[in-house]
Amino acid sequence: MSALLALENVEARYGPVQALRGISLEVPEGAVVAVLGANGAGKTTTLRAVSGTVRRTGKIEFGGKSLRGGPEAVARAGIVHVPEGRGTFTELTVTENLKLGAYTRRERNLRADIDRVSQWFPWLPDRANQPAGTLSGGEQQMLAVARALMARPRLLMLDEPSLGLAPMIVREIFRIVRELNEKEGLTVLVVEQDARIALQSASSAYVLEVGKVAVAGSSDELRENESVRRSYLGY
Amino acid sequence: MRRSRALAPIAAFLGLAVVVAVLPSFVSGFRAQQFAYVAIYLTALIGLNILTGYTGQISLGHGAFMAIGGYTTAILMVDHGVKDIWTIPVAAVVTGVVGFLFGIPALRLSGLYLALATFAVAVSMPAVIKRFEGFTGGGGGLNLFGLPELTASLEPVTVLGRELTFNDWLYYLCWTVALVGYVIAWLMLRGRTGRALRAVRDSETAAQSSGVSLPAYKTLAFGVSAAYAGVAGSLFAIATTFVNPDTFPIALSILLLVGVVVGGLGSLVGLIAGAVFIQFLPIWSQQVSKSPGAPAVVSGVVLIALMFVLPMGVAGLAARLRTLTKR
Amino acid sequence: MADFWQQVVAGLASGSIYASLALALVLIHRATGVINFAQGEMATFSTYIAWALTTNHGWSYWPAFAVTLLASFAGGVAIHQGIIRPNEKGSVLRVVIVTIGLLLALNGLVTWIWSGEVRAMQSPFPTRTMDIAGVAISIQDIGTIGVVLATVAVLWALFQYTKVGLAMRAAAVNPAEARLVGVRVTWMLSLGWGLAAVLGAISGMLAAPSLFLDPNLMAALLIYAFAAAVLGGIDSPIGAVVGGLTLGVGLNLIGAYVDFVGADLRLPAALAVILVVLLVKPSGIFGKSEVRRV
Repeated sequence: MSALLALENVEARYGPVQALRGISLEVPEGAVVAVLGANGAGKTTTLRAVSGTVRRTGKIEFGGKSLRGGPEAVARAGIVHVPEGRGTFTELTVTENLKLGAYTRRERNLRADIDRVSQWFPWLPDRANQPAGTLSGGEQQMLAVARALMARPRLLMLDEPSLGLAPMIVREIFRIVRELNEKEGLTVLVVEQDARIALQSASSAYVLEVGKVAVAGSSDELRENESVRRSYLGY
Repeated sequence: MRRSRALAPIAAFLGLAVVVAVLPSFVSGFRAQQFAYVAIYLTALIGLNILTGYTGQISLGHGAFMAIGGYTTAILMVDHGVKDIWTIPVAAVVTGVVGFLFGIPALRLSGLYLALATFAVAVSMPAVIKRFEGFTGGGGGLNLFGLPELTASLEPVTVLGRELTFNDWLYYLCWTVALVGYVIAWLMLRGRTGRALRAVRDSETAAQSSGVSLPAYKTLAFGVSAAYAGVAGSLFAIATTFVNPDTFPIALSILLLVGVVVGGLGSLVGLIAGAVFIQFLPIWSQQVSKSPGAPAVVSGVVLIALMFVLPMGVAGLAARLRTLTKR
Repeated sequence: MADFWQQVVAGLASGSIYASLALALVLIHRATGVINFAQGEMATFSTYIAWALTTNHGWSYWPAFAVTLLASFAGGVAIHQGIIRPNEKGSVLRVVIVTIGLLLALNGLVTWIWSGEVRAMQSPFPTRTMDIAGVAISIQDIGTIGVVLATVAVLWALFQYTKVGLAMRAAAVNPAEARLVGVRVTWMLSLGWGLAAVLGAISGMLAAPSLFLDPNLMAALLIYAFAAAVLGGIDSPIGAVVGGLTLGVGLNLIGAYVDFVGADLRLPAALAVILVVLLVKPSGIFGKSEVRRV
């Protein structure tokens, strides 16, 4: 399986602080890959480096081609970055949020797409005209994923989907992510603090520490290795 | 350490004072008058510097405070026969009080809105002046020329054994006031007051939690800076020998802000540079074009260019004002 | 009584002029958090273009109007891209200082190009009055109100029903997230500046026939527009329109019926409105109250 996304020696800094010190990772096409690690390890920055939200050096290839440019260009290339805190447009309605998801596509009639996406989240049509800010945290997270799907992305990047959500809802979200991956072949790169639930859904994972990849491997390998679990994954 | 740090500026100041004292002997009366105006603007800028540079409250309305000072002087001289120099402290007090009172509601306005409110004050001031005709002489204004209360206007005055014509007298008056004003400001800002004001500028929250009484210092700053503007306005009236509603237009308020931005905050040299800019800009603009619109174009372009080229370099104005980005 | 209604209609007409300029201010503030002090001078410049086209080059009114709007739009976009955008990295106040510089430069430029003489500006509407239920209503007033309402309606449709309008709204409320869905935020902001310039131009062209055209045409109008925007809520487009109309009618009635105010103190009265609103309810009628957490 070829890598859809490949990072080679990517570095990034916030002013004087070096957040990424040379990250290399691969996301195979059709896989779910997790990026784990403690707070401040550089997980979010990794996604930001890919989406062009933060300046970086190093090589990033997407679909075999070099990935360049800011967030707008990356979105056009087919990568959807769902940021920390969902990134929903709280003042706009649910439908408007969904429509914005499809912004990069030339499709005029989005009705069909909204219906398609609503199949994954059946409660969406009921909330069509509500401001997105009135949804609960879990619903907003799901709205963010739904919005991502509207773009028909080649790669979905999720930043800490479990943040601030109840365990039951987190499980639901990951279940949907797994199903999307299995049924639609959606490639997913997910950053998570909750290593356990991430490893249940991912096929492989990279554990970051202070801006570098400390450990990498398939989910099974990481889960079975007790010392890895204790030192890096917290359980 | 502290001693030597204080010495250099003091030496520079004394050097400047000497230059100022001696200059009129080398230049024409006309030039002396021009430099007198520089001192007037300098006085206003010292005040604006205290407000904007130190507490970070932006004012686009200091021309209105100058108007209050100018009209105070004019009314006292014309209607009450007060000698011109005695009107100056009165103007300072009157304007200072008004400024202080304005500072109270201004506490509730943050950066942009304060700029907006002061802008509106400055634009409305001419209309208010016109409305209270009986008091202010309305659109016709008040004429000081030829009044006996106006020193050296009818015949030269003798000061310290020297005979001075109007222009030279004006020059010395304005520069004395400006330099004294600078020293007062310098003394005020050195000690606790200065530290407190700077603390307010840099972080209101932090200042508050360390016991600095925010409202007190902010309104104080407003009052003091208004007083300086009032004195400047008073001198302006004396220099121009005439006031009417259009003597202090919105353009003046804007130019004062420009002066503060161009010159950079804090240093005396910067403020003088700003004052020179305000005074000589229309003259330099004539080089570009004879059109009456030229000065405005030049100052506008300079202001924009400065924001591009030296936003930090202009004595960190932008950095200090950055703390005002609370909408 | 007839006089009262005349004042109301006249107030609505001047109010719609304030509303148009206020809407321009709100558009820009909503998107970028900046108060564009140069909005009035941009409008003056546009009005001079219209004047030059009709008077110096003999164009008829509506074609000149249309071309002026296009030129204003282009100008607004250019100003944002060339002058504002490079300064957006800095503080909001840095951009405001730039707009003040723009105010000065444009004001001077107008005088430079066209001299400070007062000019007469043609009105597209006949200056007669119509009799409605015994009240003499000026057709020009009706026309003014009509033009502004039509403009507001078109803008509203743009924002509500088009893809680009949605993108502009998204860019205004949440630029970082808008980028992530692929919206070219900077261009959306430029579009906003372009539309604001168009609104300003409309304001100027409607005001000039009665107020006469000189470089300071919009100076007072800018204050009225500020008052309207602040009254309605500086981030609320509806607020700008309602605020403008309310202010127009209110000032007219006060000016007509309260002797102390008369015609001279209308501007300070507007200032009083600004101050009172900012002190009592800074978010205006339609604005959301900001919670300032320490």
